[in-house]
Amino acid sequence: MYQIIAKETLTPVTKMFVISAPEVAQKAQAGQFVVLRVHEKGERVPLTIADYDRDEGTITIVVQEIGKSTRLLGQLEPGDRLASFTGPLGRPTEIENYGTVVLVGGGLGIAPIYPICRSLRAAGNHVIAIIGARSGDLLFWEERMRSVTDELIVVTDDGSYARKALVTVPLKELLESGQTIDRVWGIGPAIMMKFIALTSQPFGVKTIVSLNSIMVDGTGMCGACRVSVGGRTYFACVDGPEFDGHLVDWDLLLSRQRMYRDDEAIALERFSQPESQSNREAR
Amino acid sequence: MARSSRSSIARHSMAEQEPSVRITNFDEVALGYDLTTAVEEAQRCLQCRHSPCVSGCPVGVRIPEFIKALREGDMWDAVAKLKDKNSLPAVCGRVCPQETQCEEVCVLAKRGEPVAIGRLERFVADWEREHGIRVPPVASSMGKRVAVIGSGPAGLTAAGDLAKLGYDVEVLEALHEPGGVLVYGIPEFRLPKEIVKIEIGYLESLGVKIRTNVVIGRLYNVAELLESYDAVFMGTGAGLPMMMNIAGENLNGVYSANELLTRVNLMKAYQFPEWDTPVRVGARVAVVGAGNVAMDSARSALRLGANEVHIVYRRSREEVPARAEEVHHAEQEGVIFDYLTNPVEILGAEGWVTGMRCIRMSLGEPDASGRRSPVPIEGSEFEMVVDTVVMALGTQPNPLAFSQAPGLERNRRGAVVADSATGRTRLERVWAGGDIVTGSATVISAMGAGRVAAMDMHAYLMGQSRGPWLTAAEPA
Repeated sequence: MYQIIAKETLTPVTKMFVISAPEVAQKAQAGQFVVLRVHEKGERVPLTIADYDRDEGTITIVVQEIGKSTRLLGQLEPGDRLASFTGPLGRPTEIENYGTVVLVGGGLGIAPIYPICRSLRAAGNHVIAIIGARSGDLLFWEERMRSVTDELIVVTDDGSYARKALVTVPLKELLESGQTIDRVWGIGPAIMMKFIALTSQPFGVKTIVSLNSIMVDGTGMCGACRVSVGGRTYFACVDGPEFDGHLVDWDLLLSRQRMYRDDEAIALERFSQPESQSNREAR
Repeated sequence: MARSSRSSIARHSMAEQEPSVRITNFDEVALGYDLTTAVEEAQRCLQCRHSPCVSGCPVGVRIPEFIKALREGDMWDAVAKLKDKNSLPAVCGRVCPQETQCEEVCVLAKRGEPVAIGRLERFVADWEREHGIRVPPVASSMGKRVAVIGSGPAGLTAAGDLAKLGYDVEVLEALHEPGGVLVYGIPEFRLPKEIVKIEIGYLESLGVKIRTNVVIGRLYNVAELLESYDAVFMGTGAGLPMMMNIAGENLNGVYSANELLTRVNLMKAYQFPEWDTPVRVGARVAVVGAGNVAMDSARSALRLGANEVHIVYRRSREEVPARAEEVHHAEQEGVIFDYLTNPVEILGAEGWVTGMRCIRMSLGEPDASGRRSPVPIEGSEFEMVVDTVVMALGTQPNPLAFSQAPGLERNRRGAVVADSATGRTRLERVWAGGDIVTGSATVISAMGAGRVAAMDMHAYLMGQSRGPWLTAAEPA
């Protein structure tokens, strides 16, 4: 179980894995996530589902290699097995025919908006997507995104590919254009989601974000992932991960995401030492 | 040996790691009896004909019989007698509150100290483990499938009993490791995880199949399980942590006890960075609450390197819900108890905890629970300087397992309504037991509920009981 079927390097820092998990694939829906462990001593890593194939029995995840756990995952090859793989977790995206919807995916956030676009389009929506990255080499899935959207806008922060702009710029243009936008989704780094929410707020268009707070079990047991939305505390793992972006306490989320920054640095440093003991053991 | 000489033997203490040593490690505090001590302690048992100890045990362990076999030196017989009613004796010998169960009603307790039943149970279970666990005969398969949701004490007991009777039992566990609260909640220094693993291995040798990483309520729901299994037992426990809903509770440095303990026990954060999951416990820690989980949290914090750990409890010492032994161990280890104190706000700077504003309490009239209710003393607010706060206020059943399970009635505390005599819920072919029904309680009461449900499931599946499903609400 939990064997890696395929692996693809999408950008210098992003890898895609297709994982055999037939039961999870039967049930997975857009917006949900999985929790995996790379090895027996590993963390429980939450990752949003980027795709699922019920016939093949596979789940696709896209990983950015930023810490020890994600780098270890990045080293795995087809045929390797994960120590554990749990899902689907979280509530699925609420799919309805809203009318015209705009989905904004920044960086790694491009992956999770892909199945949401597909489901929304299947439900009859006119789907506009904005995808962006810091630079062109960090962008992925442009063609794939084109296949599930009616309009696709591509931007990079530095202008090294496509239009030079932050994702919030075309979002604002769409909102100002006079055409009716019925709902917005924004998925990406917390700071980006915050600015997507701030961009749409003056227009009164409901904006859904997917909160990536720190989690342990992912089943509502530990409360590590608590977020404040509309003045109430929720557990992102079971009450979310999607929430109304206009009601999210972004500063709290950003602060809580930094809770283990020092420990993460220690783990990464120890891992990065080429022939360190932990490195060998971990593999 | 004459009755009088038996009762003149003093109860034997059990060796423990010294407090100053044990707070530097996560090894087990209690070291257990040796054979000589165990046999001497067993000599104290009067073998009462009415055996009140057996009725004091929620699973009815054949206490006088296993003690008799032990003192006669027939260890394998002692093992057989002990395990006849209890599939997890090494666990129970360590974490049961014997002082309020079997030992409380021991005849010797009336005039002195009861037989150390828990320590003897532990000894016999450990002896068996050291000598190679023997698997008893299991009935041949009856071709009926039972799903057990949750692999904690209730689920494991129900699973073991049903497997012995010849059912095909599958235990569905949400986490990556089976054991429920035995692995994520109770710390290594009270219950070594290796012991849990071996006791679960014993259940597997009885034919119980354990499937980890299966989250009921997400991957499958109860209605789907009823399509592929003949019966379902829900033993998902009380996993949802309660918080105080006071200002500052979401600051970095505030943990639910569940999170702290899960990081430490299940994820082995005390071995970070050897293991990948971190935990951040500062120099000054306040644990709010005074149950067993609070003691476990406080004692874990000490072992993680905290200089000063406080238990902050709104009532007085008399009302402390933790076992006396746990409180004693915590005190020995230097945990400071701040009674009649309640937090009103957690203070912070730059996102991190810097202190806790508390108010002094006094005890007023008894409340619904019969305990005197704490009343704030006006103008008594003060600030504690702490950098870590652990909320150990109790837990409620996690609602996740109930999603898409129409027909399962729950009370206002979120517990599933089930008949305590049978474990039957309001949904036909679904039984429940343990903390999911009672709210957070003890390992052994959950095991008792698992046993009760297993017996009724057996009767039902054999067609001997088609009695009515629960109609009158059972007060949980």
